[in-house]
Amino acid sequence: MSTVIAVENLSKAYHLGQIGTGTFANDLKVWYARLRGRPNPLLKIGEKDHGNRDGEELWALRDVSFNVGQGEVLGIIGRNGAGKSTLLKILSRVTAPTSGRVKVKGRIASLLEVGTGFHPELTGRENIYLNGAILGMSKADIARRFNEIIGFAGVEKFIDTPVKRYSSGMYVRLAFAVAAHLEPEILVVDEVLAVGDAEFQRKCLGKMNDVAEQGRTVLLVSHNMLSVKSLCKDSIWMDKGQIVKIGRSDQIVDEYLTQDSENIVQNLFDDSVTGDGTVRLLSYEISGDEDGAVHTNGKLKISISIESDNLIQYPACGIGFYSEKGALLSSINTVELGKSMPPIPPGRSKILISMDSVPYLPGRYVGSFWIMNPQRHIYANADRKLILTIDQSTVYGTSHIDDRWGSVYIPVSFSVGAI
Amino acid sequence: MQKKIALQNENWDMVIQPQRRLLDLRLVELWHYRDLIMLFVRRDFVSVYKQTILGPLWYLLQPLLTTITFTIIFGSIASLPTDGLPQFLFYMSGTVLWSYFSSCLTKTSETFVQNTHLFGKVYFPRLAVPVSVLISNLVTFAIQLAMFLGFVLFFVLRGSSVHPNWDWVFLSPILILMMAGLALGFGIIISSLTTKYRDLRFLVQFGVQLLMYATPVIYPVSSIPARFRWVIIANPMTPIVEAFRYAFLGVGTVNNGQLLYSLIFMLVSVFLGVIIFNRVEQTFMDTV
Repeated sequence: MSTVIAVENLSKAYHLGQIGTGTFANDLKVWYARLRGRPNPLLKIGEKDHGNRDGEELWALRDVSFNVGQGEVLGIIGRNGAGKSTLLKILSRVTAPTSGRVKVKGRIASLLEVGTGFHPELTGRENIYLNGAILGMSKADIARRFNEIIGFAGVEKFIDTPVKRYSSGMYVRLAFAVAAHLEPEILVVDEVLAVGDAEFQRKCLGKMNDVAEQGRTVLLVSHNMLSVKSLCKDSIWMDKGQIVKIGRSDQIVDEYLTQDSENIVQNLFDDSVTGDGTVRLLSYEISGDEDGAVHTNGKLKISISIESDNLIQYPACGIGFYSEKGALLSSINTVELGKSMPPIPPGRSKILISMDSVPYLPGRYVGSFWIMNPQRHIYANADRKLILTIDQSTVYGTSHIDDRWGSVYIPVSFSVGAI
Repeated sequence: MQKKIALQNENWDMVIQPQRRLLDLRLVELWHYRDLIMLFVRRDFVSVYKQTILGPLWYLLQPLLTTITFTIIFGSIASLPTDGLPQFLFYMSGTVLWSYFSSCLTKTSETFVQNTHLFGKVYFPRLAVPVSVLISNLVTFAIQLAMFLGFVLFFVLRGSSVHPNWDWVFLSPILILMMAGLALGFGIIISSLTTKYRDLRFLVQFGVQLLMYATPVIYPVSSIPARFRWVIIANPMTPIVEAFRYAFLGVGTVNNGQLLYSLIFMLVSVFLGVIIFNRVEQTFMDTV
């Protein structure tokens, strides 16, 4: 297998803060002083001269090296800020690296976004040509694959309508269709799979598989661990601008998920917690299944750190969940449940809440938690302060649930019967 | 180690590295993207006048109304001389030429700022954008030029003192190219600088308007007192406008030396512009 992409000691630094001295006059002063061999006149005494730039450097990528063989489908995973996007930007030649280099064999096309350069006033046909050309296709290439593209997108009827009249679904389908027919030797993709409806998603995944089977090389950056596992044989795990590990996707993804869940950040409650001040809510932690994430029909554990001034003999607690749009989904407390809680000692302690099966569909939710006495006198209330994220997983047979599916999972069956 | 040596010997199609060499301008690559340039031209053309009532008629109305205004204000009220030419033709020639130059300059100078989103997502030679601006404005210019020629014919038939110099008329495409080159050169230099100094955008907006008064658009060079004439002649647009009038209307104050000056000025500004532009295009995404 020959190497088609060789990344050698690639680094990229961003300068935080202001770039330049801010005004043209100051830049001229600095430049003129340097011309005469004088020190930078704007520098405070004792400051180190680092050109005419203020602020610190942030290394988005540091000394990254790897090779990609022909026909390989490589996943790139990592948390936000790990350097995945910067790597893609350099590979796409949107920005230049600070040091190191990348050597590429073959035509490379990158999809950091679908529909780049679409103009709302132009028709579908005109946009196909424009978008194709932006992505590096010649007019003849596009003309040859034109029918295929509109067939794949399913917009034959509207091809001479301005795209501003398209539904967002049609728009995305057309945009992806152009990209899918690029046929470069190397394809660099960033999360574009996360668009469109479930059926179109499957079509896109299929197309990606085809591309890989035709012996082309694909680099895929994704947060969707399922698609990384199913599409990519190997993966690169990045963190803080460096490569943590390269290896088989199955292993890497599992390792990444375990490691990531070990680093659960403690979520601190802010000052907006209400109540009479007897009990203070400090922080909360949310954990779920073995991989650390919370899934529909999976487990959920919430641990809340509190601090109390005195012993509370008969405490009562409640919890509620809201959709991201603010609709109350569930609310329950120990009084209604008819359960009594053990006393809360003075000082710091933890309250544990656990659920065996979370009924909510993938998405973001907010939770409330409160401590009161059996007469419903509130000691402390964190009203809609807990953030609960239900991870994408296979629900109802698809892994692409969005808010159109509602919030709550219902095990349902349909049938037809005689009257 | 052996693998490394093997890699070095292979032929790579592309190497992405921190800074390209100063003169690595990649103009061949720009040629490969000629389809894109033409599609940009088409996009600009189609999108501008969609949902307007008069559509492309605006291309004619703009210079026509400007010419009429100039004829009334500068011709009738201020009574500026026009080298003995019919005022209407004199102002229209200036207006048509100047509007090409100024719209090219203003639009190319916005290259980076206006296309940040596009440039942030996909690579193509960035020069494709300013070049497409020159071409799409050339289409507009051609339409306006045709209207101008129509009026010239009208005045000639009516027996006005208008005598086109045909040999110069055939050389006029060179004048237009020089004008396009000047607009491109200045435009891309400014666009490269605006990624760092945003104030330049405002400077361009009224700077172009002021520059018009330093160019013989509403007055002929011959009417300028000798003391001040060097200011007007130092402007590389001056010989182009005067030569254009000499070609189509028969009167103009210009010599070959001045035209050569404009030509060299144009070549230097385009060359410098392309070098600066190439520098900036590699890293500008980090600064906007």
